[in-house]
Amino acid sequence: MVGRVSASQLMSGLKASGRQVAGLVTAGSATMFAGAAFAQGVLGQPTDKALGLQPSGSALRTQAAFFHDWVLLPIIVVISLFVLALLIYVALKFNAKANPTADRFTHNTPIEVIWTVAPVVILAFIAIFSFRLLYAYHDMPKPDVTVKATGNQWYWNYEYPDMGGYAFDSNPLNQVKAEAQGHGLYRLAVDNPMVVPVGKTVQVLATGADVLHAFFVPAFGIQTTTIPGRVNQVWFKAEKEGVYYGQCNELCGVNHSFMPIQIDVVSQAKYDAWVAAHAKKPPVTVAVAAPAPVAPAAAPAADAAAATPAATTPAAPISGAAAPAKS
Amino acid sequence: MATTTADYDPPARHAPKHEAVHEHVPPFFTRWFLSTNHKDIGTLYILFAIMAGLVGGIFSGLIRAELAEPGIQIFRAGSWLARSGLIEGSNHGYNVVITAHGLIMIFFMVMPAMIGGFGNWFVPLMIGAPDMAFPRMNNISFWLLVASWCLLCTSLFVDGGPGKGFGGGWTLYAPLSTTGHTGPAMDVLILSLHLAGASSILGAINFITTIFNMRAPGMTLHRMPLFAWSVLITAFLLLLSLPVLAGAITMLLTDRNFGTSFFNPAGGGDPMMYQHLFWFFGHPEVYILILPGFGIISHVVSTFSKKPVFGYLAMAYAMVAIGFVGFVVWAHHMFTVGMNVNLQAYFVAATMVIAVPTGVKIFSWIATMWGGSIEFKTPMLFAVGFIFLFTVGGVTGVVLANAGMDYSLHATYYVVAHFHYVLSLGAVFAIFAGFYYWFEKMWGVKYNEFLGVAHFWLMFIGVNVVFFPQHFLGLQGMPRRYVDYPEGFAFWNKVSSIGYVITALGVLVFLVMLAESAIRRRKAEANPWGIGATTLEWTLSSPPPFHQFNELPVIHAIEEAH
Repeated sequence: MVGRVSASQLMSGLKASGRQVAGLVTAGSATMFAGAAFAQGVLGQPTDKALGLQPSGSALRTQAAFFHDWVLLPIIVVISLFVLALLIYVALKFNAKANPTADRFTHNTPIEVIWTVAPVVILAFIAIFSFRLLYAYHDMPKPDVTVKATGNQWYWNYEYPDMGGYAFDSNPLNQVKAEAQGHGLYRLAVDNPMVVPVGKTVQVLATGADVLHAFFVPAFGIQTTTIPGRVNQVWFKAEKEGVYYGQCNELCGVNHSFMPIQIDVVSQAKYDAWVAAHAKKPPVTVAVAAPAPVAPAAAPAADAAAATPAATTPAAPISGAAAPAKS
Repeated sequence: MATTTADYDPPARHAPKHEAVHEHVPPFFTRWFLSTNHKDIGTLYILFAIMAGLVGGIFSGLIRAELAEPGIQIFRAGSWLARSGLIEGSNHGYNVVITAHGLIMIFFMVMPAMIGGFGNWFVPLMIGAPDMAFPRMNNISFWLLVASWCLLCTSLFVDGGPGKGFGGGWTLYAPLSTTGHTGPAMDVLILSLHLAGASSILGAINFITTIFNMRAPGMTLHRMPLFAWSVLITAFLLLLSLPVLAGAITMLLTDRNFGTSFFNPAGGGDPMMYQHLFWFFGHPEVYILILPGFGIISHVVSTFSKKPVFGYLAMAYAMVAIGFVGFVVWAHHMFTVGMNVNLQAYFVAATMVIAVPTGVKIFSWIATMWGGSIEFKTPMLFAVGFIFLFTVGGVTGVVLANAGMDYSLHATYYVVAHFHYVLSLGAVFAIFAGFYYWFEKMWGVKYNEFLGVAHFWLMFIGVNVVFFPQHFLGLQGMPRRYVDYPEGFAFWNKVSSIGYVITALGVLVFLVMLAESAIRRRKAEANPWGIGATTLEWTLSSPPPFHQFNELPVIHAIEEAH
């Protein structure tokens, strides 16, 4: 237990620093890059011809996108262009025509020290942001909603422990039905999406029923392998209502490309109505019913098979949540 | 290397006549099938690698053709591919092709070309040795690889469970490789990798022994050419990492066939254990693929700049450092499997450390060119292309090293772009640089410079058009190993497939170049590159005598002002 206490102290310390970055991000996004220079397209789904990350659907993902767009990307572009410029300069200045006689020098200690130390400094700078982001990911607030996501060949099963173990399968829609929901949604839209309330911390407990799958939702920047015999945890707190799509991201066999993830983020009122309509027994208050947070490290599940016999009653579609949200 | 000089009279000029007459070359079958000559075995490896590279390249063509637009075009029943009967027209067929593409390019193209091919050919020549330490073991290393190749090809055509062949990716992750594929294709594939591993381990033992014991008088380790250094380090990586792979896939084999539960949670095992074992091999493996390339690039850059390698010792020990650190970063392939956060933080830090020695190498190559008198012949073009493209692949590696970022990019096309920049554009460009650099030395004929340059530019443009847009796809979240994808990924996939056509044209020019040189047979010079080429192989004729260095060369240091 001593280890656990010190770990949580560490967490709270890092949480504070994580908040500073988040604050910086919020301030920055309000002023400098309100138009989201890199994050292009529609919230919650891939956009054709886009160059950067999908738009962020949570504060944590905004922090990750800031790290990528404003820390990593400038650094790697500058380094690449610097190397390219050196190569071009060398090719122009020291080609055989321009410089018929080659020098013979093979050492220059000052420059060697510089090109060893400079990368260390750059990496240390990157590491500051990197560790803050990493620990922010593993610093889940008390969850409001818990969903157990089980990867099967080849569909997802979502179970809501707070709703008396209400569970259902989520299969991809055929082309006609998917396109009816919006252009480009074929291979993304599903019949029974995961439904969660907006602005609430959602804990996803992910496990696998047969082989490895991966629960990957780009807009929330969350991804975890679903492993038979283990339960992994990821979490997100959606900032806007809308539909968020993801896909299985671990090769799982024949229909690996055809087990998309759809998360409908709805208002608390709609969510309550949905819960009331589907809960197996009257739901207790969500906050009270939330289980104790699982340690960030994967704990072996008692029995992965327990996830599979869950009821497969299809959920009624959520009205108004089917259209993709425009950002 | 550059600070040494060879005190050696090539036999072509000074050897007594009876020695030249004594040059006994065995008859065809004995020479090529029972070979114990390091140069002949090197040639066999290189021909093998070209063959495997073409097969693997055709597989990438199938992948790019399928992904050119959304929907399933060729991996479906009734397509021309399905009618050909070779590959199954199904989603499973696609998985088989991506698996085979990865395995072939790694185990049967890059490794045989760099280590078996150039390593066999030039390590003994560079260190002034008459041959490898264990010539017969050298022979069996090669033929084990051929047997391994035959098993891999067999695996494509036997039942895998969901269909013909194994479609679980080159990483062979359990449980898809155990309960997910019930047919014999996976068992055959495991045996194939066992043989390939045995082949490489024997080769590694041979290189280590040769380099430690058979250097010419005066050829100290600190005077040894960088390519020999790179092969020495690679051999150690092979020797230490491949047994771990062998163990892991043996456990797969027993899980599949003999009721063990190493990776089966229902029996107390753990699928994550397989990933740890695999990547403990797999990460050193990626350095195995690139380190000999580092060596080749150093020679090419130095030769064509007519200038000694800048910071020779730093270059050698940067490779040692990369090899060493390469063993303690493996779990950065596994940031999303639910490891403890502090463990992830360690792997983030350790992974970033590798960028430092890699940076030293990049800048030292540029410093080698600085102040030189550079001739941009084909090998140099490939080398300069390598330096830039490897830098691009390296910096995206730094992005992926951050676990927090990796949650958004893991197993997306960003990763595909990253490792193809360091391998398809890095390792392969290094191989081509070496191939043109040593072309005359190996084949005894000259290549056509125009065709070489055309090959470079087509390849350079082609592979960039293939792989640069894949960064964009990855940032948008396109998962890898997908046979079909949503409309949102259509445009850049189309561009990527167009790039494949350009690359294929480049490969075609490469084949034309080979044919042209074989038909014209312009006589090679001993040293076509002039004063920049200082290593021992250039003191010999082209091709070198069947047995070289009957009298060992003596290496002296040159006093040089620093």
